[in-house]
Amino acid sequence: MDGWDFILIVIRVVVIFVMLMITTLLLVWFERKVVADMQDRIGPARAGPWGMLQTLADGMKLFFKEQITPRKVEFGLYIAAPILATIPAFLIFMTVPFGRPFTLNLGGEPREILLQGADLNIGLLFILSMSSIAVYAVVLAGWSSGSKYPLLGGVRATAQAISYEAALGLSVIPVVMYTGSVQLSEIVEFQRANLQFLGNVVPFIPNWNLFLLAPSFVIFFIAAVAETNRAPFDLVEAEQELVGGFHTEYSGLRFALFFLAEYINMFTMSAIAVTLFMGGWSGPTWDGVLPALISGVLPTFWFFAKVVVLLFVYVWLRATLPRLRYDQLMEFGWKRLIPGALAWLMIIAVVLAWRQFGNPWS
Amino acid sequence: MGPVAAFLAGMKVTFGHFVRAFFGGKGEVTIRYPDEMRVKPQRFHGRHVLNRYPDGMEKCIGCELCAGACPAHCIYVRGTDNPPDEPVSPGERYGFVYEINLLRCIFCALCVEACPTEAITMTQLFEMSTTNRADGIYTKTELLVNPDGTPNHMFTDDPYADLGELVKADGWMRAAAPGGRAAYEGETAWTPSAGIGSRPPEIGQSEPLEAEDEAEAEAEDEDSTTDG
Repeated sequence: MDGWDFILIVIRVVVIFVMLMITTLLLVWFERKVVADMQDRIGPARAGPWGMLQTLADGMKLFFKEQITPRKVEFGLYIAAPILATIPAFLIFMTVPFGRPFTLNLGGEPREILLQGADLNIGLLFILSMSSIAVYAVVLAGWSSGSKYPLLGGVRATAQAISYEAALGLSVIPVVMYTGSVQLSEIVEFQRANLQFLGNVVPFIPNWNLFLLAPSFVIFFIAAVAETNRAPFDLVEAEQELVGGFHTEYSGLRFALFFLAEYINMFTMSAIAVTLFMGGWSGPTWDGVLPALISGVLPTFWFFAKVVVLLFVYVWLRATLPRLRYDQLMEFGWKRLIPGALAWLMIIAVVLAWRQFGNPWS
Repeated sequence: MGPVAAFLAGMKVTFGHFVRAFFGGKGEVTIRYPDEMRVKPQRFHGRHVLNRYPDGMEKCIGCELCAGACPAHCIYVRGTDNPPDEPVSPGERYGFVYEINLLRCIFCALCVEACPTEAITMTQLFEMSTTNRADGIYTKTELLVNPDGTPNHMFTDDPYADLGELVKADGWMRAAAPGGRAAYEGETAWTPSAGIGSRPPEIGQSEPLEAEDEAEAEAEDEDSTTDG
């Protein structure tokens, strides 16, 4: 590993960081606009073209606001919680490939440049563990605030995270069994071929896990919505009951960090769903027909297009569904999602074993 | 309807609204306020003006009936005798102090009902925000219309100010009350205003009696000047 490798890593990290910040700005605007359209309103329309810079203005406002610290907080944890929320949000996305690797001649030798923070061989496990750490931020923020509403939010977060993380993990296992890898780049590579169904190759249809593992996708997406504390599973923040839940006592930049983390998590969860079930960056690139530069950029475009579709679903859910009651949340998690995920896991296990070892009675 | 069907039905509703708003550009109920103005009802209760006769005389005679009628006690009037050389109003007296505390005003228009000369009427002007309480008290400077019949607009520098409303400022109550005189009981007399004259009647109002009426109005003016 020489200087060039080091520089490339730094560039990748900085690029992903900036990309996530810009994505967050646009995502908040996108959400507000789409929800406004669904509710026959206009939404932000004044700052910048179509109000696109509204989030930037809001962010600058939060940046300069006073950070009020209530008297009864546990100061260390109170300060640590927003940081603990933000760092995993950035780290999770580091493992997601968002474009086709390409080679460049740098320092006299060709080097492969990944459009991915780090191609971990345990990528999926890393994602699951990091998303669990992010839950600590909510719990600690609720507990350290020394106030009743954040505490209730934190308690709800604990219960919700435990319930839905199980479903999230169980819904991912069929993907791992089917593709045979937890490395995200390999999972994407696996889905680039044409769809194979009952031994036949189906033309024009990509081999997305979405088609053969659709129940897993549904469970994953529901659990992802719950993991990111988004409506209709936003009991953790519940403005109407808990005055904002775990972040009630946070203001200024500390609140902005929670806000940032929530939207990055939303984006990242969609990106992971795209990577696991919708073929990641794979898509037609027309190599040789189009100029090399366009062919090289198209995978990134496909990736973001698919992510935007899922983000739209996120926003669509938020605009449609009322918040679940606490007992409904628990019932849905433990009595529907987890048994469903387990049953589906067993079906997939039997099918895969059948395929590998043949008829059990032959 | 099962839960899944109910869920899908709800999702369909929001998606329908989204498609309509995104591709049709319809369905918005928002009026983009400073850029677009809502069409206000004809008898909108905006802020008051003090009207003038077409010859520039003030209609207010300083009788303080508006102050008496005001349920919020927000009107302060002091009348005094007209200077004989240059009379301000056609009557004996005129209102030389006229203040309305618009922070207290409830825009009920009872002052308009009480006024015997249609001196005070309401307009469609509604942009009255101020940065201190003293500016909420409108004096004669702000209330009295200009000689051309347009009221003073507080924010003429504001690019969003709807100056078109200034020409519509004459109040809705133009059919004059009989003013206690038996000869006019049951008659619809119309008071003309500076710059505007007599305007066409609203729905439900009777036509002003054209030439006859103007003559009568003039006669009434003469009458009040000499009688007054």
